[in-house]
Amino acid sequence: MRNKKLLGGAAALLSASLLFAGCGSRSEPAATATGGAATKTAKIGVIAPLSGDLSALGLGIRNSVDLAIQEANKANAIPGWKLELAAEDDQATPDVGKNAATKLSSDDEVVGVVGALNSSVSQQVIPVLQPARIVQVSPANTGPSLTMGADFLTAPKRPYDNFFRTCTTDLIQGKVAAQYLLESGIKQLATIHDKKIYGQGLVGAVTENFKAGGGTIVAAETINPDDKDFGPVVTKVKGANPQAVFYGGEYPQAGPLSKQMKAAGLKVALMGGDGIFDPTFIELAGDAANNDLATSVGEPVDTAESAQAFIAAYKAAGFEEPYAAYGAQSYDAAKAIIESLKTSLPSAADAKSAREATIAGMAKVSFTGATGQVAFDEFGDTKSKVITIYKVESGKWATVKTVDVSS
Amino acid sequence: MEYFLQQLINGLSLGALYALIAVGYTVVYGIVQLINFAHGEIFMIGAFGAYATWMILGQPTDWSTTMSLLVLLPAMLIGGMVASVTVALMTERFAYRPLRNAPRLAPLITAIGVSVFLQEFVRLFYGWVPGFPDAKSAIPFPSVPGLSGESLQFGEVLIQMPAVFTLAALAVCSVFLWYFVNRTKTGRAMVATSQDPDTARLMGINVDRVIMAAFALGAALAAIAGVAHGLRYGNIDFRMGFLAGLKAFTAAVLGGIGNIAGAVVGGLVLGVAEAMATSFIPGQFGSSAWKDVWAFALLILVLVFRPEGLLGAKVVDRA
Repeated sequence: MRNKKLLGGAAALLSASLLFAGCGSRSEPAATATGGAATKTAKIGVIAPLSGDLSALGLGIRNSVDLAIQEANKANAIPGWKLELAAEDDQATPDVGKNAATKLSSDDEVVGVVGALNSSVSQQVIPVLQPARIVQVSPANTGPSLTMGADFLTAPKRPYDNFFRTCTTDLIQGKVAAQYLLESGIKQLATIHDKKIYGQGLVGAVTENFKAGGGTIVAAETINPDDKDFGPVVTKVKGANPQAVFYGGEYPQAGPLSKQMKAAGLKVALMGGDGIFDPTFIELAGDAANNDLATSVGEPVDTAESAQAFIAAYKAAGFEEPYAAYGAQSYDAAKAIIESLKTSLPSAADAKSAREATIAGMAKVSFTGATGQVAFDEFGDTKSKVITIYKVESGKWATVKTVDVSS
Repeated sequence: MEYFLQQLINGLSLGALYALIAVGYTVVYGIVQLINFAHGEIFMIGAFGAYATWMILGQPTDWSTTMSLLVLLPAMLIGGMVASVTVALMTERFAYRPLRNAPRLAPLITAIGVSVFLQEFVRLFYGWVPGFPDAKSAIPFPSVPGLSGESLQFGEVLIQMPAVFTLAALAVCSVFLWYFVNRTKTGRAMVATSQDPDTARLMGINVDRVIMAAFALGAALAAIAGVAHGLRYGNIDFRMGFLAGLKAFTAAVLGGIGNIAGAVVGGLVLGVAEAMATSFIPGQFGSSAWKDVWAFALLILVLVFRPEGLLGAKVVDRA
């Protein structure tokens, strides 16, 4: 009688654990409490703007990381461990990002973080994660100083050993943009930036390469990211007769700026970096966006052969928001962390003690991801340095050409 | 010279937007001595109301210019006003009226709370209406045929149609305000209440109704500014009221808070000062990054030498 009851209990337990294993990513504490196979939990954090102007990019980042985690769990990539997503909103604001980083680093189960979107946010996030020995891989930070220190041009020195990125830097992006402008016969360029680390750095790189190539910067202006009215600055730039305007910043300002430029009679192309390469830019600028240019990191995701599997999986996963500009990079960033976790986690007693080994393991990571070959150099930068130039044609971003400057 | 004129136009059209919002700060302050920091959000609600009207009309994009100017634009303006006036009256009724006899700091802090509440409310719930876009990031504002894209050209000087609309709206509203304050019963009751609420009440003026009229008047003008903002910049977002409200408040103080004509003048002066600082101050201090610094420096100068503002705080003068 007693025996029979016990047997029935065991059968129920077994079927319950099977059921939960089938569920995959659902985090039901009951699964471990019933004492099936003891799976431990490790979390991969995301710090990105999940609300606000840049949320289109941020939600794409979160979903792509989520996808990589789901796939790893499904494939049982790390036996005995289940990965979880811990997404935090940074509202594209450095202070909020710092708080998010503090929250993640105080969670003992967090072993890695993907993010942030803005270089200015990462500048606050890395110093929090570094002493906690949490590896951080950014899919989108293109500011050179994050991996090469303040003197990145003359004496590059890596400031943080826990920071890596799957996108290439503004040095390369600015160089390609300047070369492209010069090739198209543009000798007089005006620059505008939003005074954030990203915009300023990108404009700096463009200015340097443009001048070195024999061009002239006829006007150098700045705007406030909170501004809506760019009339005065556009009039001022127009007076300098530029053949093109390069904007260092992101699409919430770049779209209206392009619209106001064209409306004020300054009918030259606006060019920007990866920060303006988003469909929202065209939505905000309307018809004025036609012939505007942008550079972005990596190959165009839609057509890149390496990204097709990612795109198909993303579609199949049924996310509400599109993967946006950094989906492929984010997916690869999460996969890079998971690759390193494959060696660091199995031998670790708990997630926290695996943090150090995870950072050390990043140097050995090498796999073919959605953006192509993923591996990091001695600064933590991706080894593949590919930039694509895009142009707005009849209301859509169209690829002009892809430039590979890895050597 | 063309350059100067162009910047003057840029400044005036920006200033006209500030002026339309500033009137709302000034009429409310004139009557209840409350700096309604939520007024920037009323402006934002006006823009979202206009957008909602456009959505309800079936997102017309192919209407003829005449139809757009005669039907679509008035409909959007009225829709915006309905939204902004309703919200303004509700804030007055539920947030400010219970505190009317409280120390002045209490309604001021309440105003800041209302401002945060309205921003977050729009951010979180605008997208809940079926078919409406999510308001967590900027929403592209529809262009009204005849009022966007095209611009008037005088020699080298370009005036964009939305700027013409803003300036014309300010002109019409100024005339209306003058008429309202000087020639209508409600307007004169408003002046009387601002001069001495107790005596006004003894004279049979319904002070509650006058206060509601002040809130409604400010909100209606803010809604016009909201539509003008959408047409000019092509997008609206839940935070748009913050900076615009701050600038409009500055304009109201610059012109003399409590004085309606002062708010209009203050707005125009502030807009022109910003445009001129961008273009005519040489060196790094002249770039548009510094324009706010110069605008606020101007405010400080005016307050040092004319603490009552450019036109003086006529309406709040107590006998």
